[in-house]
Amino acid sequence: MSATLVDLGIAFAKVGFVMGFVLNLGGLMTWVERKQSAVMQDRVGANRASILGLRLLGLFHPLADAIKMLTKEDFMPARADRALFLAAPVVSVFFALAGFAAIPFGDVLRVGGREVSLQAVTLNAGILYVFAMLSMGVYGVMLAGWASANNYALLGGQRAAALMISAEIAIGASIMGVCMVYGSLDLQEIARGQGAYWGGVIPKWGLLTQPLGFLLFLTAGIASTKRIPFDFPEGESEIIGYFVEYSGMKFGMFMMADFIETVVIAGMTTALFLGGWQVPWLFADGFHFPGGAVWALPHVVVVVLQIGAFISKVILMCWLLMLIRWTLPRFRYDQAMRLGWLGLLPLAVLNIVVTAAVLLL
Amino acid sequence: MVPLKVLPVRRQVSQSALQRFYLAEILVGLGITAGHFFRNLGRWVTGRKGAVTYQWPEERRPLAPRLRSLHRLVRREDGSPRCVACMMCETVCPAHCIYIVAAEHPNPDIEKYPERFDIDLGKCVFCGFCVEACPEDAIRMDTGILEFSAFSRDGMVYSKEVLLALEPAGVDGLPTSSPPRSLIRRGFD
Repeated sequence: MSATLVDLGIAFAKVGFVMGFVLNLGGLMTWVERKQSAVMQDRVGANRASILGLRLLGLFHPLADAIKMLTKEDFMPARADRALFLAAPVVSVFFALAGFAAIPFGDVLRVGGREVSLQAVTLNAGILYVFAMLSMGVYGVMLAGWASANNYALLGGQRAAALMISAEIAIGASIMGVCMVYGSLDLQEIARGQGAYWGGVIPKWGLLTQPLGFLLFLTAGIASTKRIPFDFPEGESEIIGYFVEYSGMKFGMFMMADFIETVVIAGMTTALFLGGWQVPWLFADGFHFPGGAVWALPHVVVVVLQIGAFISKVILMCWLLMLIRWTLPRFRYDQAMRLGWLGLLPLAVLNIVVTAAVLLL
Repeated sequence: MVPLKVLPVRRQVSQSALQRFYLAEILVGLGITAGHFFRNLGRWVTGRKGAVTYQWPEERRPLAPRLRSLHRLVRREDGSPRCVACMMCETVCPAHCIYIVAAEHPNPDIEKYPERFDIDLGKCVFCGFCVEACPEDAIRMDTGILEFSAFSRDGMVYSKEVLLALEPAGVDGLPTSSPPRSLIRRGFD
């Protein structure tokens, strides 16, 4: 009985950690978006929200945003489909949040004779799960476009669906190379597989074993977050997009879903291509440097280092995604379709063929 | 019917293979933006300013000395206005925003002085003709004051007393005096 309770506690703790991490990072992304773009463009960025004269580099702006959105009028168009209109933002955020569950943030933690795998849900086919959640996310957008009873929203939803189909196939195909190299669909196994070394020096991270796969996954991943340069489902200068009829916190939930999807893509990229929670030359009993030097570390320190490495890598990827978002202009609708079907997909298939040939030889 | 004439447009196609390969150019672009990011971040971290922004109102740009800002009336040594109520400025004003009531000056050498001298800044177009027209150099637009607004039209009418109390701008062109706050709040509380 008590063992079950402990198991339940562990499960809750893991889910709580992942939820807290993703939600906080997602909320922080609104601040990062403002500040990073400002620094990139020689500006100062939002810095006026203050509590008792304390500005903290504008860190209170997400808080001010939340208060503003919660107190705004909750408008619904007269001809909207009420149930679907309400469900759309929930669906969007739910699937974005659920996506992170299968991504491992550390290796095994041994506490009191128990072995706890540091990932919210231990799945044999974790990749397929994350992939499915990402694909489901587009339903929220399509529902929003359909339920709003607005032609522009419908256009936006339709564009999002078209984009998602072209991007998801490329994502799936580009991941296959990684699965073949590390021989598993379990993200934890893939992360462990990246702990091997060439000649004991260079870690076998996905970035080095699958460079083309990395580029394809990153491109398609950005497309699946619906952010610039693939933001034509919104296209604020042309159709405004699927959330044109949404206001207040419902609109905020769509924004939140976009940010959370960015974090999920950053987490996926980390797990698949940047070695997940691996720290170079760190093994279960401490560092084994290439020269033969060994620095033994206790188990807890190793686990903390691994979790820290994972978080740092995710934040680095978020920074990179943000850098791309504030550098590139928007693709036209047909250009993105062409890129997805005639660029990414054939290259991903080529990547699979080449990987298979190399693995066979 | 005029025959349609089609002008061939020569599109720019002289791009190298590297430029047409989208990814390489993206990396170049990312390099530029990341360069800006780290340069500015380095400046912020080392306590310097990493932006071109002026944080108004705490931080103000220096103003040009020839800038036409809020008017002031120049004072004699005894504090009375230098103005002799000749009506030149009121006459030349294209916006009809100056209103002068002349009165006899006790000193026979001066002849007249303005009993009232009102400028309606809600009408003023800041052309500076009044300054040019003044034979006594009695009105100037060198206070450097640009931020004057009021909650009512009455609050935009600046009287002789207010205009006399204003001081010329400092060396950086920034104001050294300000109009009274009661004027701004007039009609509001």
